[in-house]
Amino acid sequence: MSNIPKISLKGLHKRFGTKVVLDSVDLEVMSGESMVIIGGSGSGKSVTIKCILGLLTANGGSIKIDGKEMIGISNSERSAILNKFGMLFQGGALFDSLPVWENVAFGLLAQRLHNRKDAKEIAIEKLRRVGLGPDVAKLSPAELSGGMQKRVGLARAIATNPEIIFFDEPTTGLDPIMSDVINELIVECVKDVGATALTITHDMSSVRKIADNVAMIYHGNMIWTGPKENIDKSGSDYIDQFINGKAEGPIKMEILKG
Amino acid sequence: MNFLALIGRVVINFLRAAGKIGLFAVNALTHMLSPPYYPRELFKQMMNIGYYSLPVVGLTTLFTGAALAVNIYEGSSRFNAESTLPTIVVIGIVRELGPTLCGLIVAGRVSASMAAELGTMRVTEQIDALVTLSTDPFKYLIAPRILATIIMMPLMLVVVADTIGVLGGYLIATSKLGFNSGNYMKSTMDFLEAIDVMASLTKAAVFGFFISLMGCYHGFNTHGGAQGVGVSTTNAVVSACIMILLSNYVVTEMFFSS
Repeated sequence: MSNIPKISLKGLHKRFGTKVVLDSVDLEVMSGESMVIIGGSGSGKSVTIKCILGLLTANGGSIKIDGKEMIGISNSERSAILNKFGMLFQGGALFDSLPVWENVAFGLLAQRLHNRKDAKEIAIEKLRRVGLGPDVAKLSPAELSGGMQKRVGLARAIATNPEIIFFDEPTTGLDPIMSDVINELIVECVKDVGATALTITHDMSSVRKIADNVAMIYHGNMIWTGPKENIDKSGSDYIDQFINGKAEGPIKMEILKG
Repeated sequence: MNFLALIGRVVINFLRAAGKIGLFAVNALTHMLSPPYYPRELFKQMMNIGYYSLPVVGLTTLFTGAALAVNIYEGSSRFNAESTLPTIVVIGIVRELGPTLCGLIVAGRVSASMAAELGTMRVTEQIDALVTLSTDPFKYLIAPRILATIIMMPLMLVVVADTIGVLGGYLIATSKLGFNSGNYMKSTMDFLEAIDVMASLTKAAVFGFFISLMGCYHGFNTHGGAQGVGVSTTNAVVSACIMILLSNYVVTEMFFSS
């Protein structure tokens, strides 16, 4: 296995106006690893993955995918690199105007990997992989429950067999049983396609199920990184407060949106 | 703040907004010309914008043509000039009322719909999802909408609006005002010139461009959830209507200024 990290962030800095969201984020994710970033609301988790994907432009630092710098590259180069990615969005982000199968097959058709007939067959197979029958394929996303939408989103994320998959708050808004089902599916699907996974969440049951390694972000900096097994004995008051969900501790929640 | 500073700020904000819309338009037109193309999306938009706008456009111009005939008859009868009615109706409808009313009606229907749809896609991360699926939102969402409106406004909607508007005048004139059917049609055709039709179709294409540009611009740049979508929709319709009335004068000057 190559020693070049699949994802490497060095000194990543992002601000909106005068508000610094990412101060100096350093993170390395090796190939095949499942990294979970934890942190409170507004700590910069989503901004981190949006910067990696190029949805937001970083103000400084370095983002490397397979050793290739992402900051400052052309749109066509970025588009080629984005072919390596799959992403499950927090709200599903399914396209309302398309039936479920076209949502799942969208990446296959966009990358011209298959014709529509083959893409539909692959989409139905991916839907089966996440526990949904072929009858769901022709439904509209609006006809699905929240859990089903997450499954369709997961099927879409794995449809092109991506090298890297991002999961943005995969269990938000789901009941505990459905959350566990989605966590199980994430673990299985990532293993199936042999992908590197980067998940952001504040759901500790997801962390314990999905993660190989965990990183905690606070005030725009990674304050702790380590194996999942060490999280309960990290020695960090910040980690202890977060994983135990205590109001008292060094982490002060921002009441006012800055 | 003193009064001059206030004026300066308003002017700067206006120029900034105009610059942003200009850059958006250039970006959209550039993406229209370069592959990949999405003919399926283009056809879908052409149906939605053209075919489904026909009933409301037809009804509006039918009754406007009828009202115009009644008004002109009443006014011209004061000077014993009733025979000018067919000429004034056809020139009024084809040069001015057909394209302008059609533009305003389509702005209300299509520009609002584009802003609401794209705005919702923005706040539910569907546009971000497109990027992660290797699809350029400008090529997939914006270019087909603008192209479809530029094509359908002159080739379907304004042709129908002009025809039905003239028909509305004809029906009232022949059924209520005592005009002979053959003479009315002859007067209409004798005084209708090619430049009138050219001006009408040119206006339609220009209006189509502004209707879709405003809908797409405001929808694409939506932020702030449901309220933001509402604001974008309102801004799209208002700005499209203003641009229609402004460009109507410019095109009229281009064609008919002596």
